[in-house]
Formats: sequence, C-alpha cells, structure tokens
Amino acid sequence: MQLAVWTYEGPPHVGAMRVATAMEKLHYVLHAPQGDTYADLLFTMIERRGKRPPVTYTTFEARDLGKDTAQIFQDAAREAVARFNPQAIIVGASCTAELIQDDPAGLAEAMGLPVPAIPLELPSYQRKENWGAAETFYQIVRTLADKSVVREPREGRKARANILGPTALGFRHRDDLVEIRKILDALGVEVNLIAPLGATPEDIGRIGAADFNIVLYPEIADEAARWLERTFAQPAVRTVPIGVGATRSFIADVAELAGADPTPALGDTSSRMPWWSRSVDSTYLTGKRVFIFGDATHAVAAARIAREELGFEVCGLGCYNREFAREIRAEAARCGVEPLITDDHLAVEDAIAAACPELVLGTQMERHIAKRLGLPCAVISAPVHVQDFPARHSPQMGFEGANVIFDTWVHPLVMGLEEHLLTMFRDDFEFADEHGPSHLAAHSPRAMARTVTPDEHEPVALAETAPAATAPADASGAPVWTAEAERELKKIPFFVRGKARRNTENFAALEGRSAIDLETLYDAKAHYAR
Amino acid sequence: MSDTAILDGCSAPLPAPAANHAGRDARPVLRERGQREVFCGLTGIIWLHRKMQDAFFLVVGSRTCAHLLQSAAGVMIFAEPRFATAIMEERDLAGMVDAQDELDRVVNRLLERRPDIRTLFLVGSCPSEVIKLDLAKAAQRLGAVHMPRVRILNYSGSGIETTFTQGEDACLAALVPVMPALPANSPKELLIVGSLPDIVEDQFLRLFAQMGIERVGCLPARNARDLPAVGPDTRYLLAQPFLAETAMALEGRGAKRLDALFPFGAEGTTSWLRAAATEFGVDEALFDSIVAPGRERVRIALSKLRPQLEGKRISFLPDSQLEVPLARFLQDELGMELVEIGTPYLHRAHLARELDRFGPNVRLSEGQHVERQLDRVRADRPDITVCGLGLANPLEAEGFTTKWAIELVFSPIHGFDQAADLAELFARPLRRRDLLEV
Repeated sequence: MQLAVWTYEGPPHVGAMRVATAMEKLHYVLHAPQGDTYADLLFTMIERRGKRPPVTYTTFEARDLGKDTAQIFQDAAREAVARFNPQAIIVGASCTAELIQDDPAGLAEAMGLPVPAIPLELPSYQRKENWGAAETFYQIVRTLADKSVVREPREGRKARANILGPTALGFRHRDDLVEIRKILDALGVEVNLIAPLGATPEDIGRIGAADFNIVLYPEIADEAARWLERTFAQPAVRTVPIGVGATRSFIADVAELAGADPTPALGDTSSRMPWWSRSVDSTYLTGKRVFIFGDATHAVAAARIAREELGFEVCGLGCYNREFAREIRAEAARCGVEPLITDDHLAVEDAIAAACPELVLGTQMERHIAKRLGLPCAVISAPVHVQDFPARHSPQMGFEGANVIFDTWVHPLVMGLEEHLLTMFRDDFEFADEHGPSHLAAHSPRAMARTVTPDEHEPVALAETAPAATAPADASGAPVWTAEAERELKKIPFFVRGKARRNTENFAALEGRSAIDLETLYDAKAHYAR
Repeated sequence: MSDTAILDGCSAPLPAPAANHAGRDARPVLRERGQREVFCGLTGIIWLHRKMQDAFFLVVGSRTCAHLLQSAAGVMIFAEPRFATAIMEERDLAGMVDAQDELDRVVNRLLERRPDIRTLFLVGSCPSEVIKLDLAKAAQRLGAVHMPRVRILNYSGSGIETTFTQGEDACLAALVPVMPALPANSPKELLIVGSLPDIVEDQFLRLFAQMGIERVGCLPARNARDLPAVGPDTRYLLAQPFLAETAMALEGRGAKRLDALFPFGAEGTTSWLRAAATEFGVDEALFDSIVAPGRERVRIALSKLRPQLEGKRISFLPDSQLEVPLARFLQDELGMELVEIGTPYLHRAHLARELDRFGPNVRLSEGQHVERQLDRVRADRPDITVCGLGLANPLEAEGFTTKWAIELVFSPIHGFDQAADLAELFARPLRRRDLLEV
C-alpha cells in the first residue's frame, strides 16, 4: 500500500479515456462501478469540452456482484454500439471490475458486435495513466492498421508523415499541433494522419501509408511508433521540438527523412526567443536558480532550455513517470544535479524547499508547492488544471512555443532593474520587497502571504523553507545570528534571502564560527560569489 | 435498432420494492437503471474533513479513488487536506503481503506524521469491498493500539454501495454507536443531524436558544471527539434529506425523529424549526415572534429574485438527494415550474411532506440511465437543468442552461438567511445567459 494525498497520474483507464476522447467515432465501454464517471469532468470541466467523453460505464452495484455483472457489461456494450454507432469500440475494466474478472474482452468477442471490439488489458494496480494511454493507442493501431497498405514510390510526390501522440487533456497538445503543421508545411511534408487527436478508426487503417512517424509525445506514442517501425518500416523522428535548439534539430531530422531543404523552416522570422534572451534586459536572468519537475519529456526539454537558451542554473530536476527515468538521469548528469524520480509530491516539496530555487517549473502540484513556499512558478507539464487550457494560442513546441516559454517563465520573476532598486532601497516604505514583482500583482505570492499575516516581518515561506535555520541554534551547536547580522539579512531581497541565510550558515559552520555577525555575512557572500 | 429498442435495451427498470410506506403517496416514480452520472460516497470526505476538524479520512482503495478525490476537490483545497488514500497495489492483492499488515503500517506512519488527528476514519472503497478487506476488524485492532489518543472508526464510501451524499450518511451512521448514552429520564434534548456550514449551524443554534431550547447537539460535531449524547429522550431533526442509515442508527438508540419539511426557504425553515418548538413546548406566539424577522428577510430578498425565476421550467438530474426539497422551495416560493425531479434515491418517509407539495404533473425519477435521461431533457427543453459537472458543459453546448449540482452541496443554502443565496444559484445562470452577447 502506498499512502497518497495527491497523485501525478490517474489510473490507466483514464489514459485510455484520453485516447478515446481525442478520437472520433470510437467508443469506450468501460466495466466500472458507479462513481467512476467522475473522470468525465476532467474533460468537460478542465478542458471545457462541449461533448461528453465517448465512454459508457457499465455501472454495476454491490447487489450485482456474483450474479449478472457480465450480463450488465454485454447489455451496456450492445446499447452503446446501437446508440453511438461507432466505427470501433475499445473494451476494458476499471480497477474494481478488474477484481471481479468478468473478462470484457471475451464477453465482447462472444457478442459478435458489428464493429471491431479492441480489448484493453490495463492493470490498475501496477500501472498509471500515461502507460494506459500508450497501451491503448498501441492496441488501437495494432488492431486497426491495414497491413496490406503499400506505400507509393517516393518519386513525384511529397513525403508523408504521421503525427503521433496528441490526446485529449494533454498539456498544450492542441496548440503544439498547429506549430508542427506549420513546420511540415514549410518543409513541404504532407500530413498523412494525426492520431489519436481527431482520428477515426478508419483513418487509423491507413497509418501505414506514411513515410515516417513523428513522435510528439513519447509517453503516449512511443510504443505504437516502435510497432509501426517494425511493421511498416517507418522510421520515427523522436526529437521533441520544445525550445529553439530542439526545434532546429527537429526540423533537421524531419528534413532528412523527407529529403527536403530545411532552410525555409529554419528561417522562420517569428522566432524571437533567441534575441529576447540575448538582449541586455535579460542579463539579469543569468544564473537564476530553477527547479524543474514534470513528465520526463517536458522536464528534460525545460532543463535544456533553462541552461542553453536562458542561461539559468538548474538546481533540481526530476520526473514522476518512472518509465522515462533514463532520460531524466542523463539530463540531470548534464546539469550536475541529482535526479529526482518519484511520484510522491511530499518528496518533491522537500526537494524544492531544500534547493531554494528562484523559479519553479513544474506541474499543477508544484504550482501549489511554490505558492506555499512563496516562490515564482510556471507550469510546464501535465497534470493540468483549467488554467492550462487558455483561450489564446499558447504552444510549447516550435519557435512560437519557445516565444511562449520565454514569456511564461520570465514574467513571474522580478525584473532586472527592479531587482537592483529593491536591493538598494529596501527600506522605502512604498517599495518594500514583500510587495513582490510590481508588474504582477495577481501572480505575486508575496502579496497573499502579507494579507494572511500582516504582521509577519519575515515571509512565512522562508521560515518553512529553512526551519533549521530559524530555530534557536544553540542546542545543536549551530552558529547563532547576531541582531545586527539579522537586520542586515533583511535588507537582502526576499527572493534570495533564504539562499543567503542558508549559505551564510553553511559557511559559518564550515569555518567553525559560533556567531554570525556582519563580517561572517559578507565573508560568506564573497565565498559563494558566482 | 430503433430508438424504442434502445430505450428498452439493457436497463430493465428495477423491480418495484415492496410498499414499505403503506401507499402514503401513490405518485408514480420512474425507476431507472443504467449508467449513473454521479459521484460515489467517497466524495463526501471533501466537506466532512473540513467540518470535523480533528478527524482524518483514510480511503483504503485504488489510484482511481485518489484521483477522484483530487479531481472533485483537488483544485479547491490549498492546505494539506485531512484525507489521503492508501493505494492498494499488486502485492496487496496477490497475497504477497498481508493487506491488514500493510494497513497497520500506513496508519502508524500517518498517525506519527499527524499527531493532531484525534479521530481516524478508515473509509472502504469499491476495490476494498470487492476483496472483502475487513476494515471493521482493522479499526478495532488499530483502535486497541491507539486509543485513547486516536479513535478509529470505519465506513464504506464505495460506489457499489453509496451515491455521493450517502457517503456522509455512512460516516455519520458510523459515529452513532460511539455517541455517549443519554441517561434514561433525562430532560429532552434536541439533536441536529447532518453537516451544515458552521455559519448556518450557529444561526440555528441562536434561534433555538431564543426559543429557550438550550440542550441542542449537532451531529457531526465540529470536533469528532465531542459527540453529543443520545438516548430515548433525544429528539432529532434531519438537516439533510440523505441520512436514511444515520436515522435508523439513531432510532436504534431510542432517538425519535421530528417530522418536518427540510429547512430550505421560509416555509421549509419555519416548518423545521416549528417541529422542534412544538415538541419542546415553545409558546406559539413566542415562536412566531422569533421566526418573524427571518421570514420577513426571506420575503424581501426573494422578492427581487422571484421575477427572474417565476414560470421558468426546471429539471433536476439525480445527484445529491437534495433535489426534492430544493424543487419544493423553487416551486412554492419562487413560482418555478417543475418538469422532472430526478434523485439517486427517494426516501419516501423522510420526504413525505415534501412530496405532498408537488403538483400532479411533476415527473419523479429515481436512479439513472443517463442516456435516456438526456433524451428526456432534450424532449422537455427546460429553461434550466441541474446536473453534475460531467454533463454541464455538454448540455450548455447543446443550448441548455445548466446549474452545477455540486455547488448546492458546497454552499450554505439552509435557513432563512441563505434562502436568497440558494435562489441566486438558480437565477445566475439564467441571468448570465441573457447577459452574454457572444
């Protein structure tokens, strides 16, 4: 048993729902008790979909157990096919139905339904949402792909690609697709099929007609892409085009497989991020300490962007999906940090508090953690929240995605000159640093902390960040702050104060000093100078 | 297959249960069976853990249970909640470890980390019920270790047994056996049953105090270790219409229910307070003078909302069991026309007075077959449809104005001073529909 308050991923059948909901004319008959319908609201509320997910829940009750749950399943399947007239159905069990072992696959097969019934085995007590989505997509592709498809010779026609991976409830999948299509257009590559998003079961039939596959979201599409590689000899582009550098590599990879000239796509004049990052205003971004956590694909991409395209220092990196831990380990090694691979949000919270970052890039979970710790934060990955489905175009991929990322990550930070002014005039009664970034009242965690505890001088968050530091130190023999040094510390802007306190204490301990006075504070500053 | 065939398809109507309530109401009820677009009883934890400030709810279930709790509530809760899920894994099911040992380990770790917990509920789920994990035994065993510091109780919020608010019913029913005994021949005591927002509870307590009814307890108490006493001299008022099992448990300890309308709107609240006043011998003139200001405030406040709602047709899809009394309020005090009142479970005895108020053309349905229900909504075309979160946006996209049912459970809506807030919950979607020009 695992004790969980919040989880990063839902059960695997929710992954299957993300695939089913993304597709058209596919229906999911899910053997499940009353209550599992909660999952519908993920799609109708968080993503604001105007249609119910195409899922029929068999809805068995305690009194049905041991009697006619199998019959309930068959009735529900028959009715769903008659009512919704899908081209194919997928059938499976949620966690409870898995325990009663009704075998939806066998039951559906025995019914002789007029449409293909694709059985899903999604072990609820071992696997999670992303795995469920990947397995579902793979089973759909494997069952419905027409293996007799023969590709026409390449001569005299454009290269064709499948775009694989976008689903319902995906982080910015809708907008990423627009950017990918833009790139393929510029390269003169035809889109054979986008799947699962928007594809029908019949569309999946012609998946073999493409020359190659683009694996946009490996968490969902990699399993299917590997099967397609074996079955149709379709190579795959696995570079995920998040960030300017990755987008350039992606364009090069696609151009190579398509035999196209990459120049038009590389020359996209709307790529502003490199200049925005080079312009002198951005100098203050140098070495900002950033903590990154999310699904492995987005986290790795974020770490690269942080290091290579914004000049941040990555002070923590991790992911919740163990299946892709290898990628995180490799990137963490490049960043010189210990990889954090866990789905325990309390462990993530501890790691963030210990790292004292200046910016947190994470999921909705980290957004809550950052709010609690009083740190600026931007969301880079699922799990998602209604705010992650903005009305405006807001991709992560392609050059426009990089533009969006620049804005999203930089806006929560205190801006360049403002940072200096805060340092110089900390005692200005109208300009106290607890007010937070002047341009972002709505996003400023500091303002909230102040309304809650108006008398609190030291922000609450920092006390939480460094409990050992704020506790009376004498018992443990740790160095004690003099009143004068404490006052001086408070002149340091809040967003680096926690770090300064910790560094100074570490330095004092290292030097064996029993008291931290002004001298120690400034000696430590020199010691840790970047 | 024709549409009729679909309607007759999988979900044969339930066999009508034996006429328990001796034909008090001959009104026909459409009994439906099929896909239910409702939450399971675990969802009640979201308000119960806030109401009982010393209690922690540990769901023994699957990743789905954890995901439900955070999806239904997650974004609403900022502080670390007083609930969690012990997620069962393959090794628990395959017998590689003893599930009871695992549960001990999880509970001990939890209680170590949260020394503020005084009452721990082990909450059964669909999977724990299916594998017959005995949580009563676990509660007893763990209780022996952790009492008196922590009292450990159990109930089931599983979807195979409970619908949404029935989770609260199961939880309160689990508290009844541990309520202290009220000695025989004590002075009569009043018990308010059903969790109410603190502000509403305080309003009711003030009103009872004005009437001279001093001995008033609440179940649940804000502190789960301060339960009121119960015995043959207890008279209880149900504040919520979904507490069948709790009522039975209280009757089992000798308490007697005071029959009344549920306290929604001026009429409901007056009837509910009057039931207590009569039982406790409060002078009628005094009672009238105490409720008069509240009734007048309702009259003034509703007079502004009535024009927006009068004559509007409303359908309720089954959700919280609040449907019947709320519909009565909307019909009687705001002049709305009731089309269909769907409820997951219809407790005819507790709702008898409410049902008596309905006109003959109101369609009552119990249980759900969501596809057929939506077919009826499309045919009825009500002005406003009350439904769960999974259905609201799809119905809006079809051109129906909706009200999320869950807000009715999470908002203070009982009593005189919340009557207008309650009406406003229905008026706002209609006003917004008229307001928007996009």
